[in-house]
Amino acid sequence: MSIFSFTLIFAMAALSICLVMTAIRFAIGPTLPDRITAFDLFVANVIGIVAIYTELTGNVDFIDVAIILSLFGFLGSISFAYYLMKSTR
Amino acid sequence: MLENVNFLLIREIISSVFIIIGVMFMLIATIGLLRFPDFYIRMSAITKGATLGLGLILTGMGIYFNEPDMFLKVALIISFTFITSPVAAHVIGRTAVRNKIPFWPKTNLDEFKGYLRKDHMTRNHQKEEKEQKP
Repeated sequence: MSIFSFTLIFAMAALSICLVMTAIRFAIGPTLPDRITAFDLFVANVIGIVAIYTELTGNVDFIDVAIILSLFGFLGSISFAYYLMKSTR
Repeated sequence: MLENVNFLLIREIISSVFIIIGVMFMLIATIGLLRFPDFYIRMSAITKGATLGLGLILTGMGIYFNEPDMFLKVALIISFTFITSPVAAHVIGRTAVRNKIPFWPKTNLDEFKGYLRKDHMTRNHQKEEKEQKP
């Protein structure tokens, strides 16, 4: 096991801990905007995990998933915020 | 002399350094999300830390693969993230102010109070106009 693969596995473990902590904030977040920002960070963490997984397997095709995900995360948080602003007026 | 250099090892080391720094940024941003006392402070922590961490991780991946189309895709993802993350944070923050999400008690709101009062006055004005119309 080289230093490089150890680094990648360590990074993957750290990002998994990030996902767990984001899920805790998603569960206890007192208001709806808290949950929307937690969702935003969720998508960013998953993009990072996809990037590290691409590097771990050496398969270049997985990076297309990250492109689509970076677009859909923005769309999701914007539509949530728009719905929230529409519903209060 | 150049034949003795192991370029793969150099790329792996540079990529590892970038990935470790990026993961540390994301970890610190997530701890900030969990620990900070207020919605607005939490949102500020995420928007800066996670975006920078993601950019560093993707840069490390592009350096490891060392192919032109990979660099193009990495630049595409980084530009998407760096454009869309502040816009999303701005929209969510404005929605939170409109919905009267409470601030942390120690926040310095002296300059913001005037704007807030004006904003609520205009909103009430619009509501009254809407009620008067029918």
